[in-house]
Amino acid sequence: MHLTDFRILPVGDSAVSVEFGNRIDPGINAKVHTLCSLLSEKKIPGIADVIPTFCALLICYDPCVIRFGKLCEEIERITAAGLEGVSAPSRTFLISVCYGGEYGEDLPYVAEHAGLSEREVILRHCAPDYLIYMLGFLPGFSYLGGMDPTLETPRLSQPRQRIPAGSVGIGGNQTGLYPMDSPGGWRLIGRSPVRPYDPRRKEQILYRAGDKIRFVPIDEKQYLEIEAAATAGTYECPYLEGGRTQ
Amino acid sequence: MEILHPGLLSTIQDLGRFGYQASGFAPTGASDFLSMKRANALVGNDPGEAVLEMMLLGITAKFHTACVIAITGADMTPKINGFAVENGVAIRITPGDVLEFSGTRGGTCCYLAVSGGFDIPLVMGSRSTGLRFAVGGFNGRKLKMGDQLKLRAPVPDLPNFQCRRLTSMPVFSKHVVLRAIAGPQDFMFSDTEIAGFFSRPYSVTNATDRMGIRLEGEPIVPKVTSDIISDGTVFGAIQVPSGGQPIILMADRQTTGGYAKIATIITADLPRAAQMTPGCTVRFMRVTIDQAQDILALEKASFEEEYRLLNATYPKSDA
Repeated sequence: MHLTDFRILPVGDSAVSVEFGNRIDPGINAKVHTLCSLLSEKKIPGIADVIPTFCALLICYDPCVIRFGKLCEEIERITAAGLEGVSAPSRTFLISVCYGGEYGEDLPYVAEHAGLSEREVILRHCAPDYLIYMLGFLPGFSYLGGMDPTLETPRLSQPRQRIPAGSVGIGGNQTGLYPMDSPGGWRLIGRSPVRPYDPRRKEQILYRAGDKIRFVPIDEKQYLEIEAAATAGTYECPYLEGGRTQ
Repeated sequence: MEILHPGLLSTIQDLGRFGYQASGFAPTGASDFLSMKRANALVGNDPGEAVLEMMLLGITAKFHTACVIAITGADMTPKINGFAVENGVAIRITPGDVLEFSGTRGGTCCYLAVSGGFDIPLVMGSRSTGLRFAVGGFNGRKLKMGDQLKLRAPVPDLPNFQCRRLTSMPVFSKHVVLRAIAGPQDFMFSDTEIAGFFSRPYSVTNATDRMGIRLEGEPIVPKVTSDIISDGTVFGAIQVPSGGQPIILMADRQTTGGYAKIATIITADLPRAAQMTPGCTVRFMRVTIDQAQDILALEKASFEEEYRLLNATYPKSDA
């Protein structure tokens, strides 16, 4: 992969944004994650934090350690050094979901809106591997790409006060799962017993931006089994190793 | 330390939780981090030790342990056992003392540091309270009546006690000038609009909290739209939502956002931004990155000098 065609925008005196484009596109997003993992490998002194998003990487730095001009040089140097074969590793997490019923009370609405049966909505929703473009809004809240356009459903006009952790919803052309209890306006079609956020785990957030998610339909009995294991802290979410973000 | 009255929004904060923004954890941390570091300097702590931040209205608390405290930031008329005490000095506490704050008479955030720090567990390297996601600090939440805050390593006395006094105090003016660097999305606004932003006054509204400060003034009009594809945010970013009324993103901001940021306040001026109260008038003065980074280096040196005046040596751990 070549990390060309980017621009560096100053963000105040302690951050820069490296922008690779202005579209939501898996190829552009892959460049963001590649630069992100390169930076974490190089461990440039003074870099305090990074935020990968759809098309840009925000790099927070301490200007008393590295000044703006020097940081830009470092970024240019890293990206210029041939990057063939370098790309962020990606995993595909298999997230079990119990669709419909009390777990997904808006499934009938989504089905009616799409002119499909509930079963067909479930099949189309769990067919793709969704790319996690970025995490934001709340810890572990994933912005996923790749939903079947026939499932697009407008958000609720009045957001719900409390959506339980693990809820799987559709909002406009986006889908995703709520990592923790929160208010929200997405249409809920199911719920996962998997905990995307668990403070007891070494990695508190199950996945990183650049990973993928596949939803796996389960029944209520399986839901309760996984939920019990997740509560006990013994559940390990399965994932497929390997692959590259692009 | 027993909380008899929790105040309005009292939370444990340090310099913030960094390294986890990629997962969506806002760094949080003290809003006026300079006052926080100065309070720590007065009681001989590391500058980044966790303190209690109180917004607009302070706590009432009873101490069960002898310790040294210091109060900095907003003036909340502190009293011990009914007698007025000063901001910006080290104060000895004996068991049974009751510390009481009132509503602010200037500034927004007041800081209470205790010698040896509060006994709060480190979560992902920080003691800061993440209110929106209930992580860190005191059980992930603001203080409530009846809470018992333990002290980690309290000391009843410190060397050079009479010299533990700040020689300059913050001034809380109703007219504030904050220096800012244009961008990251200044290109979404015309030159005229940018020039207007850097000359017009804005007033601070009541809709102001640890997440953001909403300003009110002449609307800022983008060339086409102020919607962007969501990108990362920083403390002090000035975002322009569709109505054109700017919002300053503060310590508890979301890590990502979908509105254009016309400018970003320089780090050295964030403490003064955090202390603005509703009704304040603010203007933004344009500076370059080089100027801002020079100013920050000077501020850092000046704080280190102040720290050495109080404690002889500056701790190495605070890089």
